[in-house]
Amino acid sequence: MTITVPQTNKQPSEKLQPTGWLRYLSFSLDHKVIGIQYLICGFIFYLIGGALASAIRIELTSPVSDFMARDVYNQVLTLHGTIMIFLWIVPVVNGAFGNYLIPFYVGARDMAFPRLNAVAFWLIPPAGLMLITSYFINGAAQSGWTAYPPLSITTPAAGQIIWIISVLLLGGSSIFGGINFIVTILKLRRPGLQLMQLPMYCWAMLGTSILVVLSTPVLAGTLILLSFDIVAHTGFFNPALGGNVIVYQHLFWFYSHPAVYIMVLPAFGLVSEILPVHCRKPLFGYTTMVYSIMAIVVLGLVVWAHHMFTSGTPPWMRLFFTIATSFIAVPTGIKFFNWVATLWGGRISLNSAVLFSCGFIINFVLGGITGIALAQVPFDIHVHDTYFVVAHFHYVVYGGSVFVIFSSIYHWYPKFTGKMLNENLGRFHFLITFIGFNLCFGPQHWLGMNGMPRRVAEYDPQFTFVNQLSSVGALLMALSTLPFLWNIFQSALKGPIAGDNPWQGLTPEWLTSSPPPVENWKGEAPLVSKPYGYGVNKEESTMESVDDAQGDNNS
Amino acid sequence: MTTLAPTEQSSEKQITHKSEHGDYRLLGLITFLVADGMTFAGFFAAYLTFKAANPLLPDAIYELELPLPTLNTFLLLVSSATFHRAGQALKLDKTKLCRRWLLLTASLGIAFLVSQMVEYFTLPFGLTDNLYASTFYALTGFHGLHVTLGAIMILIVWWQARSPDGRVTSKNNFPLEAAELYWHFVDGIWVILFIILYLL
Repeated sequence: MTITVPQTNKQPSEKLQPTGWLRYLSFSLDHKVIGIQYLICGFIFYLIGGALASAIRIELTSPVSDFMARDVYNQVLTLHGTIMIFLWIVPVVNGAFGNYLIPFYVGARDMAFPRLNAVAFWLIPPAGLMLITSYFINGAAQSGWTAYPPLSITTPAAGQIIWIISVLLLGGSSIFGGINFIVTILKLRRPGLQLMQLPMYCWAMLGTSILVVLSTPVLAGTLILLSFDIVAHTGFFNPALGGNVIVYQHLFWFYSHPAVYIMVLPAFGLVSEILPVHCRKPLFGYTTMVYSIMAIVVLGLVVWAHHMFTSGTPPWMRLFFTIATSFIAVPTGIKFFNWVATLWGGRISLNSAVLFSCGFIINFVLGGITGIALAQVPFDIHVHDTYFVVAHFHYVVYGGSVFVIFSSIYHWYPKFTGKMLNENLGRFHFLITFIGFNLCFGPQHWLGMNGMPRRVAEYDPQFTFVNQLSSVGALLMALSTLPFLWNIFQSALKGPIAGDNPWQGLTPEWLTSSPPPVENWKGEAPLVSKPYGYGVNKEESTMESVDDAQGDNNS
Repeated sequence: MTTLAPTEQSSEKQITHKSEHGDYRLLGLITFLVADGMTFAGFFAAYLTFKAANPLLPDAIYELELPLPTLNTFLLLVSSATFHRAGQALKLDKTKLCRRWLLLTASLGIAFLVSQMVEYFTLPFGLTDNLYASTFYALTGFHGLHVTLGAIMILIVWWQARSPDGRVTSKNNFPLEAAELYWHFVDGIWVILFIILYLL
């Protein structure tokens, strides 16, 4: 496996990589290129998933199924969920920002296993393409992103099998990424950098990667059994053959509940990076933040059955999972108050990055509160499988993770490209996204409470007006992509030059040029022991390079 | 894998920056094995739940014969020991001895697979007969896949160790170490599987 590279003056990774935009289509080993690959690939899938969501909302403007056939609606719904979760949020909050930022934060020149990293990325496009083409060939899977049997066994097999293969590939990609992050964060730290000096995003990624490594393989095993049921007609999850559907639900949610934390923990980390920079204040409660993340990791693994309160779950199980789920509110609440305390009394510049982060805080609290409500068995039984759950889920993953993704793009775009984005356009983007999002998903709480079931193309006519209101919100969300895309392309071509550190940030990625060179630093990696030392004495807080003179020589 | 090879600065004034990091491939492999172990854990959990929640009809119950699987357990445990001996021999630069132990380990692995096949063909139930049969074949089959991959890996290491300045030497024993760790892992899984599937 190891080929000892002869020591030459040219850096080995430079020789391996094409330059210019072509490298984004290559099997590049540079963590920054891979990060951008994840981001762009994810965003393309976001646009596709968004188009599917628009189709769903168009269908739901009227109580009868008139825009598309019922089985097409099922396919669109399944593809929307799968694409948004497995091809947009998970790869972007983990793969994109993780690959780009983690080596900077630990003071390394690349990830621990660059080749594995590139393999992990290149598993994603074929998986996504396969999933989407299945729609045009034999029809896509129809059983929702949860693929519950017996639905997934009785619906057309071809689409379902392609769905399983795609998710297995994406799961593999996710596991490879997780292994890489764990080893990088634990072992590749620059000498002298303590774990408790790492920026919060490293902790978030460490926690997330632990969840990925522990839970994703269980989903993979489950889907292999499910594919046996479909192809070989075994009866693992088929009650007609003596199987047990509940076992599938347990195994599925053992992954898919942690998956929510896989989507939202990195977002927590990113917000913790963005807020201190723009408020010019240290992150409030660093240590409690670290312990909260680890508490969420542990608790996140033992709450899965709260998705199954109506699946004939025995009372002791209901009790246990209600209590465990309610406990998660404690570390999450700590994080929420820490962000508010970070903002408190800070010199906040209300730019697009901060607006999206604040939007995240507001939305996530709403999503969190409905989450606690859903953890209570009596309430959950009332709203199970209704639009209340849809609203809750979207408040967490869209109002939470996606808002943070936009915030992060506004924050790190100058580092990615060396150009500044147009702030006014960014604020406008925030405004219509925030209004559109709340208009779209806010009323769905009411719909769910009043009994509108989810995943169905038709509904009782009494819900027509509120559904139309929700669709108007969806339209605003769809339109909000336009100023964003315009901003991204326009600024890349004509935006003002950003300089190395436009936000005066202290975390290591700002201490190199924009965009950063191959291998990240010209000289030695800087030792940043106080990544949040804002508003304190400058000598204490900025970089302390071990041999400063050497670093100066290089630049 | 070592793309983070030394970053040498061209200016002659400077000392060579040693940014090369240690070899963490083994840690990466351990993390992967944790993940792989979780797949098995999922299967075991499913099997035990099926067993508790979906009891078979009396006429579908079949008592498994023990001699063959016990022999299998024995084969794998011995192969773990022989692999260990191969690693020790390599450390002492006794390449020939190391290769002999490796070949013995691979043969034991293949013997396990053959014996597993014999068991499959003598069992009175097929894959789709009932829930128990399906789980039995899924578990042993998934484990057998691991043994097959492991045997192939051992043979690759055996081939790579053929010359003293080849890919696997006492100085570069990572391929052997990795395959050995994986092999011990597969053996460990078999012991759990044997207890759960045959003895419980």
